[in-house]
Amino acid sequence: MSFLPKSPWLVHYDASSCNGCDIEVLACLTPIYDVERFGVLNIGNPKHADIFVVTGSVNEQNKTVVKNIYDQMAEPKVVVAVGACASSGGIFRECYNVSGGVDTVIPVDVYVPGCAARPEAIIDGVVQGLGVLEAKYQEKGKAAS
Amino acid sequence: MGERTIIPFGPQHPVLPEPLHLDLVLEDEKVVGAVPSIGFVHRGLEKLVEKRDFQEMAFVIERICGICSFIHGQGYVQTIEAIMNVEIPDRARYLRSFWGELSRVHSHLLWAGLMADAFGFESLFMHCWRVREKVLDIFEETTGGRVIHSVCKIGGLWKNVDNDTLQRIGAVLREVAKEIQPLADVFRRDYTVQKRCVGLGLLTKEEAFQLGAVGPMLRASGVAMDARKLGYAAYGELEFEPVTETGGDCQARTLVRIGEIYQSLDLIRQCIEKMPDGEVAVPVKGNPQGEFLSRLEQPRGEAIYYGKGDGTKYLDRFRVRTPTFANLIPLLHVLPGCDLADVPLLALTIDPCISCTER
Repeated sequence: MSFLPKSPWLVHYDASSCNGCDIEVLACLTPIYDVERFGVLNIGNPKHADIFVVTGSVNEQNKTVVKNIYDQMAEPKVVVAVGACASSGGIFRECYNVSGGVDTVIPVDVYVPGCAARPEAIIDGVVQGLGVLEAKYQEKGKAAS
Repeated sequence: MGERTIIPFGPQHPVLPEPLHLDLVLEDEKVVGAVPSIGFVHRGLEKLVEKRDFQEMAFVIERICGICSFIHGQGYVQTIEAIMNVEIPDRARYLRSFWGELSRVHSHLLWAGLMADAFGFESLFMHCWRVREKVLDIFEETTGGRVIHSVCKIGGLWKNVDNDTLQRIGAVLREVAKEIQPLADVFRRDYTVQKRCVGLGLLTKEEAFQLGAVGPMLRASGVAMDARKLGYAAYGELEFEPVTETGGDCQARTLVRIGEIYQSLDLIRQCIEKMPDGEVAVPVKGNPQGEFLSRLEQPRGEAIYYGKGDGTKYLDRFRVRTPTFANLIPLLHVLPGCDLADVPLLALTIDPCISCTER
């Protein structure tokens, strides 16, 4: 991809992460990595967002929250699961209160590995998510640009 | 007197990187009550001691929280070492203090940034995090990880840091101290920061003590209590005094944390100067039998680790009391009477770490 078809806004939710991935997601937005120069904004409102970045595994308590944020986002939308926990449950998969990765609740498009996921990996995941987003737009019969 | 309204705050909220839910009872713009509900990040990892052996658990415990990860690992191994009567080498003790203080610098800079973000000072947020990246670079260089380090093991450390690297890090940190100076001045003197912070969330000395506040929350109300004074790791041989303020408001808590950044940088300098030579780990044989409770000073305050072994390689019980759990009660005490717009600021002033609290 040589150019970004649109400025992707993302909404971030910490499902039951250890904070490691969350602070790395935030680190992407701050100097050194600074994804805002590509038009990527971390936005609090799910209705404004194109990409849903989830960190951490899901449990009974936050299942509905994850589902709720996902449902509030406008189509087309992309889900990026950041970190080992969001992908599969990670080191906590055998804990009694962890029901697994984010894909047990909502469909996930991109999995970012790592514990904690590095900012470079997260940015790469979001960029791959953009490709998925573009494909979804075309499926709906209109280009993002 | 207006009608009462209940506003849900969180779990997904722009100012909170973590899910904390508060039901705020409002009368017009004033908060009259707050009911917290937690459990969004509960994983139940204390129960994992039954499935992971006591050596592997060090990696799990470190993942209680990605911000105070090193000190959680340290707390765990320190507890198990005390149960098993393991004496760790001097260099390992000093390196633990060294990394512990680096964690504090990174955590407080992170907090300062989030605090700036909470009162809408975006550029200050960015600058705090820019400086913090240099500390993370040191972590990456010495441990291999930016936020999760996994260097503590029972009997010492997995990794050593050579003296040349330490000297170079000392020079880097002197630069960091210079870069923090203008940011600290903004927190100390800037008009807009003062407007938002001075007099907000007042907690008197007696209240802070009685409600069981810990860490900067307690010290900002004038109680000089710091678990590092117990002298674990190398702290018994380092010179420092707890940073205290008497204001008891958001401003005082900010100043305590700013002061602690400088204190930590000074402690790291002392660690590098006094760093003894030698090995960083001793071999450990057998399984833990017995129980022990150890106290450590996390960036957010005092944390308590309790471990109980029954002679098998799986622990019987492991428990952590985290600083945020202790500070939630003072938070609920200061919330009533404040404006709705100040709630994010007050929630951040305790430096909440929800994933620590719920584990």
